[in-house]
Amino acid sequence: MRNDEQVIRISASTFEYKPSEITVKRGVPVTLELMSQDRHHGFKLSAFQLRADIQPGVVEKVRFVPDKIGKFTFLCDVFCGDGHEDMSATLTVIE
Amino acid sequence: MSDLMNRRDLLKLAGMGVAVFVSGTTVRAGGSAQKKDESFYFVQLSDTHWGFNGPNINPDSQGTLKKAVAAVNALDEQPDFVVFTGDLTQTTDDRKIRRDRMAEFRDIVSQLKIKTVRFMAGEHDASLDRGDAYQEFFGDLHYTFDHNGVHFIVLDNVSDPMAAVGEKQLQWLQADLQQMKHDSRIVVLTHRPLFDLAPDWDWATRDGAAVIDTLMPLPNVTVLYGHIHQEHHHMTGHIAHHAAKSLMWALPEPGSVPKKAQIPWNAAAPYKGLGFRNVEAEVAQAQYEIEEFSISRG
Repeated sequence: MRNDEQVIRISASTFEYKPSEITVKRGVPVTLELMSQDRHHGFKLSAFQLRADIQPGVVEKVRFVPDKIGKFTFLCDVFCGDGHEDMSATLTVIE
Repeated sequence: MSDLMNRRDLLKLAGMGVAVFVSGTTVRAGGSAQKKDESFYFVQLSDTHWGFNGPNINPDSQGTLKKAVAAVNALDEQPDFVVFTGDLTQTTDDRKIRRDRMAEFRDIVSQLKIKTVRFMAGEHDASLDRGDAYQEFFGDLHYTFDHNGVHFIVLDNVSDPMAAVGEKQLQWLQADLQQMKHDSRIVVLTHRPLFDLAPDWDWATRDGAAVIDTLMPLPNVTVLYGHIHQEHHHMTGHIAHHAAKSLMWALPEPGSVPKKAQIPWNAAAPYKGLGFRNVEAEVAQAQYEIEEFSISRG
């Protein structure tokens, strides 16, 4: 892991991600460590063509280098219950 | 047909994908006399979400489905059958409540005059338990039936919470289609759109492209689905896809707002955006006339 790599832990549970707002720098590698607190959730960040399954008890790592600035939504793409459609968060990429 | 209550504009869709919008007067192939051997009609209801409770979204959540049943029963000409395209009930984690809702839904729709009723699951009905409860009450998640020369295929793209049909069901579909003649009239009934309407809004099927590729060699295929809570029409090649309105709440047009959200109830226009449809199958021409109905206020 590079010294400047951004490692961010994200917790998924019905029906939210914590933290719900994440800020990273463009061009600096990012590792998202995804964990579920309760059930099978999904992670989908379409802007960077990323998705992953998040299962309880398993840390899922998603690595990428953000190459554009802006605010991007990631969301759960595994139907997880009554509230699933509200399960999203924001990734902000800055210079 | 001219005496049907709450008649609205008639959208006629030719088998080769040409849409002709006809408004106002009755239109029926061959004149006013119904040709039983060549056409029939059925009613599609969708996304009834029985068990939903949200007064700001639908203050008549306990009454809308019953009104729809009454409206179908009041049609001058009864359909040959009725089909529900998924999300019969509102999802819940509680196994007992899930089954209670399915039982209540079943009891309400048993009041339909027409006793031939076809069901399919939506993700609200089947995604949390792989369709176990749904199958207890309504039978198979995917199946086929034939009616007056049209082959209906009910596809399940909801019991997998990842919104996929899956390889096993895809093989089942391929085997079924191999038994069809090239010009067979086929109607696919499913819940989610098979094409990528709005994937970030969950308006897609993960392996929908494979399903469409399987259907594409056949020239007379039409898809009816629900899930998106609005009328929508789309072509993939020669295959027409028609989404139906919900009977609980409406949703915005794809991409029209940053985040998908239930459209609040409008007291000045109750039941706006909710409704059901008649589908008249003109078998010989492989054409389908779709007529949308709103919910009456009574």
